[in-house]
Amino acid sequence: MSALEFRVAIRDALAEEMERDERVIFFGEDVAAAGGVFKATPGLHERFGDERVFDTPISELALAGAAFGSAVTGLRPVFEIMFGDFMTLAMDALVNQAAKYWYISNEQASVPLVVRSAVGGGGRFGAMHSQIHGTWFQGVPGLKIAMPSSPAEAKGMLKSAIRDPNPVIFLEHKRLYSVKGPEGPELVPLGEANVARTGEDLTIVSIGRGVPDALAAAETLADEGIDAEVIDLRTLRPLDLATVLESVGRTNRLLAVEEGPRTGGWATGLLGAVAEAALHDLDDAWIVATAETPVPYSPTLEDAYMPDAETIVADVRARLGAAVG
Amino acid sequence: MTVTEDARMEAAVLERYGRMLLIRLFEAEMHRLFLRGEVHGTTHLYTGQEAVAVGVCGVLREGDWVAGTYRGHGHALAAGTEPQPLVAEMLGRATGVCGGRAGSMNVVDLAHGLVGCFGIVGGSIGAATGAALSAKRTGNVAVAFFGDGATNQGYFHECLNFARVHGLPMVFVCENNFYGVFAPMQQVTAGADIAARARAYDVPARLVDGNDLWAMTDAANEAAARARGGDGPTLLECQTYRHYGHSKSDPATYRPKEEVERWLARDPLTLARTRLLELNVPEGEIERTEQDVRARLDRAVEAALAAPYPEPESAAEFAA
Repeated sequence: MSALEFRVAIRDALAEEMERDERVIFFGEDVAAAGGVFKATPGLHERFGDERVFDTPISELALAGAAFGSAVTGLRPVFEIMFGDFMTLAMDALVNQAAKYWYISNEQASVPLVVRSAVGGGGRFGAMHSQIHGTWFQGVPGLKIAMPSSPAEAKGMLKSAIRDPNPVIFLEHKRLYSVKGPEGPELVPLGEANVARTGEDLTIVSIGRGVPDALAAAETLADEGIDAEVIDLRTLRPLDLATVLESVGRTNRLLAVEEGPRTGGWATGLLGAVAEAALHDLDDAWIVATAETPVPYSPTLEDAYMPDAETIVADVRARLGAAVG
Repeated sequence: MTVTEDARMEAAVLERYGRMLLIRLFEAEMHRLFLRGEVHGTTHLYTGQEAVAVGVCGVLREGDWVAGTYRGHGHALAAGTEPQPLVAEMLGRATGVCGGRAGSMNVVDLAHGLVGCFGIVGGSIGAATGAALSAKRTGNVAVAFFGDGATNQGYFHECLNFARVHGLPMVFVCENNFYGVFAPMQQVTAGADIAARARAYDVPARLVDGNDLWAMTDAANEAAARARGGDGPTLLECQTYRHYGHSKSDPATYRPKEEVERWLARDPLTLARTRLLELNVPEGEIERTEQDVRARLDRAVEAALAAPYPEPESAAEFAA
């Protein structure tokens, strides 16, 4: 069995795209000599040299500004904001400059940049190194937000992101870096959700680390006579609503599982969009999300905060145990 | 100096004077059209600072990059943006340089090396830093224009350091007009010495008379040569003055009368015209340049006013 490790998938995607297109450059804090704090990018600096792979000062705003400015003048930068939480420091260049440029310049130049970050809880990193920042950017036209759930997706989606003509915010869940899985297709398109498991009784939608959790929950539920379909959104923006609607049209029940608070989260938006388009298909729709708190540190607190396969199973069981089967 | 060289020099300085005048007259038209309700929202006039943009852009070459500010009409015209599409952009017309999507504060004209003008204080610095990464590959230079107020932004400090440690071919052009919106510089800027801030990052810095086209040209030449030679960034602190307030809603009553009079007496256009005469450029040549610029701008305004507005249906077109 071939086994591609998630962190290696990231590195391979970068290496292949840098090999393919000499305009691709990669920079960030400790990504070159050290190979990244999650060891996703070792060897790239040695292979591609100082001009294409380099370490930067701890200056997230400068990184994002430099990525934007180089992207509109002929390069294809990929840069790393080490932890997604640090994106707060890079917002102006990403939101006011990169996201709007293609539109307000009247399409004089697109902005082919990718910003990669490690995100998510479960690592005991505390409140400022554990958030998932994707939803902060969901209301920004001009950005794409991608979050792979497997090594194959990590590679195929990152390669698609690097080839994309406009900015992509790329989220890598920390608890996936050591996961191994089969190779996939060369390119995984952005904006197309994946039906990861078919089922008849319920549609569970998630993204990133939530997908393996949902799949594990679906196996447990199957033993109890509940047949869940699992949809991996892959991107929050664009959002592949059509795939969700098709599924809900068959199952009539929708559960969205989000690692993050429901207020302002993607799950709330998804339920709203499904209700707007297909209220008649819905017998039930609800959300499993986190508490409305920062991500806590202590193992007992963080475990209580994080949704996982068990919380999904318990929630589904409580919600519709008697109604199905 | 040979006769041919003299003629070439004369043509070059006249061209730069003409460009300064174009900016001056352009801004006067913006003022007039704003009061007529043709320019919308707000606008920030570059009047009084013309020698900075023209001096710097005058030394740039094909393939160099410029990033400007929300007070950016002068940056665009100095970089080479045609007046007609720029006027049309201000009027929100379909023939605008950005199709009417950008407006006064956010003009982009990549065909003339203008990476963009940025509506947020300091934004030009990050954009130019990135353009310098591209410029490094091609032997070119990237210029960031920004005001004294921007030197209190993270962009300024982060990018000075970033550009220095990566040896980027970049010129930081601080247009120190002594006011950040309404606040006097010395009230909000510790040390009140911008060049000193650059030196703290080991970036060579020079204090320049921003109202003197010749001083600006010399300083820009030196900085651009340093960048092209692989010796990294330079900062130019160009002291100048805006003739109007911060924006169209600001009558600038907070500025002492004698200060305003002192600066108006050093109007960069008057200084440049006097200098041209001292250099024995025939007054007839100067007047012909002035007439040409005036006529060119009049045609631009007339054409822009006659141009259509963008179709409302096109507002939602955004295939990112």
